[in-house]
Amino acid sequence: MNYLWAFVIGGLICAAGQVLIDLTALTPAKILVLFVTGGVVLSAVGLWEKVAEFAGAGALVPIVGFGHTLAQGMARAVAKEGFIGIFTGGFSACSGGVGASLLFAFFIALLTKPKSQS
Amino acid sequence: MKITKREYKNMAQKASPPSHLAKNCLWAFMVGGAICVLGEGLFNFYKNMGFIISDSRLLASVTLVGLSGILTATGLYGKLAKKAGAGTLIPITGFANAVVSPSMEFKAEGLISGVGARMFIIAGPVIVYGVLASTIYGIFLYFVMPMLR
Repeated sequence: MNYLWAFVIGGLICAAGQVLIDLTALTPAKILVLFVTGGVVLSAVGLWEKVAEFAGAGALVPIVGFGHTLAQGMARAVAKEGFIGIFTGGFSACSGGVGASLLFAFFIALLTKPKSQS
Repeated sequence: MKITKREYKNMAQKASPPSHLAKNCLWAFMVGGAICVLGEGLFNFYKNMGFIISDSRLLASVTLVGLSGILTATGLYGKLAKKAGAGTLIPITGFANAVVSPSMEFKAEGLISGVGARMFIIAGPVIVYGVLASTIYGIFLYFVMPMLR
């Protein structure tokens, strides 16, 4: 059941992104920024936690989930560290995904021949 | 033949198939949904191995990032992205692709001003505005919330 919801919710979020690509002049970079900040807002108002409860990865794997992770990490950091948490919360929360991307990207760049991806 | 912008728009609309948007959305839905199902499977795999929930989520994300990196390096992710559009852009694998692609592309310009400087050329704004939004949320939680209680 979780897998079905993960598929449906994850798929719908991506389809929403496709509508923006096809019907607006927004670049992919702008859509990603829109979705990540939207994820922070949806998480801050308490909505995304509820979606994640039944959709799991369907709510967390799309970049909206990245925003949710950021907001959750911030709430945790402020609760635990107070004022200092405002500065550490965001980066602590996204460190895993960003750190992994950085590591893989560096070694893949080292091991491959330079070529255009576009 | 002279045509105005509006005439051209009408002609272009007639020439492009009407199911264009629906077809693109279906592709995005199917591929994006499938990546999320894979993420859920990886999460369950790590959870069954005994990792706590938050660590399982992180490890699932890291695995997706690694898979995306390999598929990007082999050129397969780019091929899939041509069909799937937002289906490969919106999941975290799209974020990883956006980090790996310029790293490979600008390797020729060197490790510092090529790989180092260009690695986050697309993903950078996502981090900047994502962290900024969360920081504003943090300021709200710390300064405004206590006043509302």
